Formats: sequence, C-alpha cells, structure tokens
Amino acid sequence: MGTITANRRDVSAEDVAAQVLEMARRHGATAAEVDTGTGRGLAVTVRKGEVETVEHHRDKNLSVTVYFGTRCGSSSTSDFRTEGLEEAVRAACTIARFTAEDPCNGLADPAQLAPIVPDLDLYHPWVLTVDDAIALAKRCEQAAFAVDGRIVNSEGASATTHESFDVYANSNGFIGTVRSTRHGLSCAVIGEDESGMQRDYEYTSSRVPADLLAPEAVGAAAARRTVRRLGARQIKTCQVPVLYEAQVAKSLLSHLVSAVSGPSLYRRSSFLLDSLGQTLFPSHIHIYEDPLLKRGMGSAAFDGEGVATARRDLITGGVLARYCLDSYAARRLNLVTTANAGGVHNLTIEPGREDLDGLLKRMGRGLFVTELIGFGVNGVTGDYSRGAAGFWVEDGALAYPVEEITIAGNLRDMYKGLVAVGCDTDVRHNTRTGSLLVERMTVAGG
Amino acid sequence: MASHDTYADTLRHAQDFLLTPAGLSSGDLEVVMSRVLGHNIDYADLYFQYSRQESWSLEEGQVKSGNRHTEQGVGIRAVAGEKTGFAYSDEIMMPALLDAAAAARAIARSGNPGSQGLAARTGGEMLCLYAPLDPLASLNDEDKVALLLKVEQEARRLDPRVRQVMASLGGSHETILVMRHDGALAADIRPLVRLNVSVIVEQDGRREHGSSGGGGRTDYRYFLTEDHALGYAREAVRQALVNLEAVAAPAGTMPVVLGPGWPGILLHEAIGHGLEGDFNRKGTSAFANRLGERIASEACTVVDDGTLPGRRGSLNVDDEGTPVQSTVLIENGVLKGYMQDRLNARLMGMAPTGNGRRESYAHLPMPRMTNTYMLAGDRDPEEIVASVQKGLYAVNFGGGQVDITSGKFVFSASEAYLIENGRIGRPVKGATLIGNGPDVLTRVAMVGRDLALDTGVGTCGKDGQSVPVGVGQPTLRIDSLTVGGTEE
Repeated sequence: MGTITANRRDVSAEDVAAQVLEMARRHGATAAEVDTGTGRGLAVTVRKGEVETVEHHRDKNLSVTVYFGTRCGSSSTSDFRTEGLEEAVRAACTIARFTAEDPCNGLADPAQLAPIVPDLDLYHPWVLTVDDAIALAKRCEQAAFAVDGRIVNSEGASATTHESFDVYANSNGFIGTVRSTRHGLSCAVIGEDESGMQRDYEYTSSRVPADLLAPEAVGAAAARRTVRRLGARQIKTCQVPVLYEAQVAKSLLSHLVSAVSGPSLYRRSSFLLDSLGQTLFPSHIHIYEDPLLKRGMGSAAFDGEGVATARRDLITGGVLARYCLDSYAARRLNLVTTANAGGVHNLTIEPGREDLDGLLKRMGRGLFVTELIGFGVNGVTGDYSRGAAGFWVEDGALAYPVEEITIAGNLRDMYKGLVAVGCDTDVRHNTRTGSLLVERMTVAGG
Repeated sequence: MASHDTYADTLRHAQDFLLTPAGLSSGDLEVVMSRVLGHNIDYADLYFQYSRQESWSLEEGQVKSGNRHTEQGVGIRAVAGEKTGFAYSDEIMMPALLDAAAAARAIARSGNPGSQGLAARTGGEMLCLYAPLDPLASLNDEDKVALLLKVEQEARRLDPRVRQVMASLGGSHETILVMRHDGALAADIRPLVRLNVSVIVEQDGRREHGSSGGGGRTDYRYFLTEDHALGYAREAVRQALVNLEAVAAPAGTMPVVLGPGWPGILLHEAIGHGLEGDFNRKGTSAFANRLGERIASEACTVVDDGTLPGRRGSLNVDDEGTPVQSTVLIENGVLKGYMQDRLNARLMGMAPTGNGRRESYAHLPMPRMTNTYMLAGDRDPEEIVASVQKGLYAVNFGGGQVDITSGKFVFSASEAYLIENGRIGRPVKGATLIGNGPDVLTRVAMVGRDLALDTGVGTCGKDGQSVPVGVGQPTLRIDSLTVGGTEE
C-alpha cells in the first residue's frame, strides 16, 4: 500500500511564485504578492474495528494579489500549468480595473519584512503506511471500547498525517518558505444507557509524530468523556459562575481577537471600539502571542504579508495593549502593523496556579462547561448566548451531567469577571489556554 | 420540466469541457475505471469538476476588492462493503488519474469478499431545474460594481442612523461529470449567485447590526428583477433599527412562535441532520431505528425537496449522478424516510434519494440535505401569535448546530419579540434557542398557512464540507422551547 514520503525539496513552488510575480509585472501591475501552498497527506478512519475510509490528500493552491497604484484585485487557482497561472493573473488584473482607489492598499513596508527566516522546527515527516495508520486507529478505538461496557457504538477513530510547503513572495523581493507537518489521532465514541445516547471525543495533534499521545490514551479519554455525560439533564434557569474547560475556553479568546482585529475596528463593528489602553480584564490576566515557539501549532516567523513576527503582548495586567492589525488595517487606523496578516500566532493566556480540580473547588457551586454549540455571539454588541453541555458542580466536585441549556451574558462583563485561569493549558491549538472561570452568567434551562 | 435534449446537451457539454482539453476519451475513462475495479469492489465512481467563482465586496461606499477562484480536479472512489478508498488529483490528465485509481482501489485488499455490484440506476430523464447559465458572464464587471453601489446608496438613503454598509456579490459556475462503475454517466452545469447586505446603525452611542441577502441557481440578472437587491438593503436596515430598540431577552422555557421562511433552520437542525442516512446506518443518530414512529405532532409534514426550480439547495442530479427527488421525511407526524446517498442506501437496503453531495472533487460524498421544509397548515399566522399569553416570537436567525447523538440542537435568533397577552411586544436581543430534536416537533401545536422558503442564503457544514441548502416553513407555535437570554 501507499506510503507518504517527503519530497526533499519542492523547488517548483518557489519557481511558480516567481513566475507569477513576473507575469503580474508584464501585465502592468505596479506591485504584486503571491501565496502558494502544496500539501499531501493520508487520513485513515476505522470504525468498529473495520477500515471505513482511506483518503489520500494531495492539494495545491496559488493566490495572487495585484496592485495598479492603489487599486487591487486578487484571484486563486489550483491549475499550475503556465496557462492556468496566466489566467489567474489576468483575472486579478481585470478585477483591479474595476475596484476603487484606496490609498491604504499595498504591500507591507519593506522595512518590516522578516530579514531572515528562523527555523521553527515545524517539519517532522511521518512515514506512515496505510497499514500502520489502520493499526494505530484500531488501537485507539479498541482502547475506547475497553473502558466501559456502556460504550456501545463508535463514530470511528482516525490517524492522519499531512505535510505542506508554503511560499509567500512579493514584488519587493521578499520570498519566505515554510515546510511543515501536522499529525493527529482522534476518536469519537457513543455511550448508551437507559437515559439515551451521548457522544464525545478526544484527540491529539502535533508537528512531531513522537509527541502524539499514545492511541490507547486517546481512546480511553474519549470513552471516559463520553460515559460521564450519560444521564445528562436540564437544570433550572439560574445565575451562577461558569467554568469553561480548556478546550472550549479558547473560543473566549477568539472572540477577543476578532473584536480587536483590523476589519472589526475600521468597520466600526466591534464591541471593543476605541478600547486601546482600557482595562478589559482583571489585573492578573496577561495574554500574548508567541509566534517563534519551536514546534508550535501556530508558529510562524512571518505573517501573511512577510512581516516579521515577534512575541507581543495583547493584554497586559488586564489592559488592552494593542490591536491585531495587518498593513492595510494599520494604514486605515494610522497605526503600525502588528504582524497579524492572516491571524494571530500561538495566542497564549498566562496560566494561573490552579489545576482543573483547584478551579472546581474555587468555584464551589456552578456550571462546568465541556461543550458549546451554535454561533450566538454578536461581535457588534458583545452579547453572548450559546448552547452548552457539561456538569453541575456542587461543593467543588462534579455532581451530575447537564445538557439542553444555554449560557448567556455580555463578553465585556465576562472578560471583566474572568476570575481565574487554570494551569491545564491545552497546547493542541493556535490558541493556548487553560480552563477559564467566569464569575457569573445566566444559565437558561427548564 | 424534464427534457432529453437538455440532458444530452449537458452531458456533451460537460465531456467537451472537462475531458476534451485533457485529451481524454470515454475509452480512457473506461481504462481508469478498470484499474479501480477489482473482484470485491462493490461500487466506484470518477467525479470530474471544474468551477469558477468570483466575489466583489463593497465597504465605505466603494467596491475595494474582488476575487476570482478557479478550481478543477477529479476524485476517484472505490467502495468495498463499508470501506471506501479515495484519492484525487487537481490535474485532469491520464497519469494522474491512473495514480489516483491505484491509490483508491488499494482499499479492496482488506475488503469484504463478494457482495454483488449495484444495479445500474441511470435516470432516463434528467430534471432541468435551472438553465446552464454562467453567472460570471451575465453582467459585465462595471455593472456588478454598479449594482453594489446602488444597494449601498439605498441603505444609506433609508435612515441617517446607518453608519456602515457592507455588501458583497458572489457567483459561481460549476460543471460536473460523474462516471459510475456500471458505466452510467451523469453531468450537471450549476450556476449559483448570492448578494449579501450588512449594515451597522448607531444611535446615542449604541451600535447594532442587521443583515439580509438572497440568491439561487440563476445569474446576476435575478438581482435586478422584482427589486431583489434593493429589497435586501431595506431589510438589513429594518432589522438593524429594530435591534436598536431591543431589550434583554428572557431566559428559560416558554412557548415560542417562529415566523415563516428562514426560521425553518429549526427543521434543518432539529430533525434534518438526524435523518441523514449515514448516522442512521451507523446507529449514531437519536432517530436511528425509529421509521414508522410518531416523532412530531399530526400537523407536521416535512420534506427534503431538491427539485424546486432555481433554488439554492436544488440540483439536477446529485454528486453521484442520482436524480434528485422530493423525499417525505415526516408525514402527519410519522417518521417516513431518511435522506440517502448510494453507499448508505445500499448498506441499509434502501433506495438512494438523490442526497449524495460533496463540497468538491477533493471530498467524499455524504448524505446531505437539499431544500428542507414543512408543508403549510391551516392556521392564520395572527391567530397563532394571539394564542400565546407570554412567550417569544422569533422571525430571523443566524446559524444553528446539532449534536446528532443526543439530539440537542440550537439556532440563534437575530430578530425576536416578546409576546404578551397574545400581542407582539418589545423587540429583544438575539438569543440562542435550544431544544431536543426527537421531541421538539411533538410540541408543535399550530401550523400556519403561510409557507415560505428562505431567500437563498443557507450554507450547511458537515464533517468540514460546505454545501448550499435551502429551508422553509410556515409560522409555527412550539409549546415549550428553552430561550437563552439573560433575564430570569
């Protein structure tokens, strides 16, 4: 069966980028930038001990933005033949003929481009055969079934590996390349008792195959998470403290980033307009980006327009220290880019001293949320209302599982009321946080 | 609407367009297919796709950005029992096809021996629910920009409190060709357009948002007819102004009246996903093994109908070449059917229902919804509101989500009002509504006669794949649903 092997050097992607910049110049563009990515991978899913899917992934994409003075147009394609690239450039140039002048348009200031690109140790290929992947997924799922007789069914266990080679280049002479890998194991199982069925999952992901959790650990955790939800019930409407488990807590930081990001600000559509220098969180809260972290899931030495990244505070002692901007947004707001073209990199909230048990004890009585569903967040007003499932907590311990409830409040109040950050940091993501304890929210139930 | 000529034209066009430039003949496809097929392959298909998409967006009174995307490729799938091997290539060329074929068929080595192949079920006739239009060419670029500017001016003209207007226009033109292992060929040419308007209004330092939009399987000229585009602008402004007056939403369980049209997202989340074949074959849905049982009040009949002309969720054939149909999911409260693709239909001993859909050649097909809606009842919508002493009247929604296994679903209201003594009262802030899919429809006490479909804005996500869908319903009263506001 097939194996995934590393191409040692994918020179063609850099050549393609250079070729596209040259085409843009020939079409009369005064500036241009190009992003190309090629990737390949394998994803295998096993369900109830049998192979369900074997997927071979092989992708490529190129996007180009051209500037004619202060007008711009962009296009993308998966067709890397010369005629395909030519067509993409022509399409972008055509669009630029009809878009309006915008003096904020343009490439990043050359002085801010990453001068050298440090190796962040993101590339650790995994020579994973289909048979090996199947065996790993089977071990994962078997471990889940072995935990408890109430695990009666499965959505399957998966083993995945993916490697990519990305190039960003612009007509100011910048060219940056990133070779990276991403691997994972995951498992989702179904438990059933007289009260009905519940599902939950667990996963591990890493740049480095050896850093993945053992399949048995992933499967067993998926089963424990599932079984503890059996017998969930609705609770009465109340106002109580809410503890977000680390893996759902990251959404609270994503809402923050979205509210302090360029487009929300220059469109005046954020509930955190003009809050630079304001106290948004209690003074013990520190949030920063750590882009140069070796092997980090969100690590990057340069952002989506070649600007050098660096460790930068976002919230210092509870105060908003800066916005998240790319060059365009920075020009719109008369500020300087914060190397956030394409998003944040390893956004991290400084952990507190307490682990999850400590936070449950500190909360005493309230709601521990382990799953959120729906999209009930209004970025303009900060009003927040989402479906939730988790556990009722009494005397600092899980009392019983709950479901079919919502939790609601306003993000400004929730941030102000962020009582504690756990030390149980979840590092599987670009957003790195421990569990978060919010002082008070409205829980709607029966 | 069916027409042999159109079908033959579509097929010939798709072949000319997808295969001829690559120098591929139907003989070549047979060679590729023969490489995929082995003695224990039950099913296989080749899926060719070429699509062009564009988007234009306006803010601050100017169209400042535009984007064009071209995508092409072929996905090759081999199925043995419950096992699927899948590989794809973005190069439509013989060597790439043969590589992908070899990767996909490797699944057969561990396949179950000897179940027999599918009987060929080629649709003799194909529906023609939309013309093979190319939206991108339907207006010249100046007119696309001008359309967005007109929308912007209309929104600003309506009220001085309008501070920001964002509008976007998007279109795609997609050609697909499916060849199944039994030699059956199907093709479709799918136009799709969408126009969205979003506004921010401000009054006394308070800012609120409103949005609206629509579209379907047609071209941009649709927006110039019947006042569609300007209508979206007016609707977005109206919603935003309502929200300026909104007070905190109630928290707790209460009667809820849902308005007609887009609130049909209730059906999509509460029962639609749970009735997709894959979850039921695997027994992971809260609806598994419940065919023939009563799961809704007698007033409820719900269908998934891919055959509505021009609708966003409609298809002439699904992505496995099966003609779409109208499938009764719930009839007078009784669970009647699931939505199936070919794999799950075969494994469950049922017929495919034309619900096999995929985001692109690089994704595996799954059972997916098309246009899901509840048929009209006989009540006057005003009578329905008047029947509620104290509750919520919700008429516009953002997104929703469901946990298939526990059956719990949410959908988030973006425009809602209190009902007090049978009258619509003050607007309330957006709130998420949460319920239990298997029993929420048993609490539908009244169904209005005002069936409406949404304006064509829905996109459904499942396993990381997005597809356009439609929803609809008449005004409904649900006797109890949990409303996630902040006021106890």
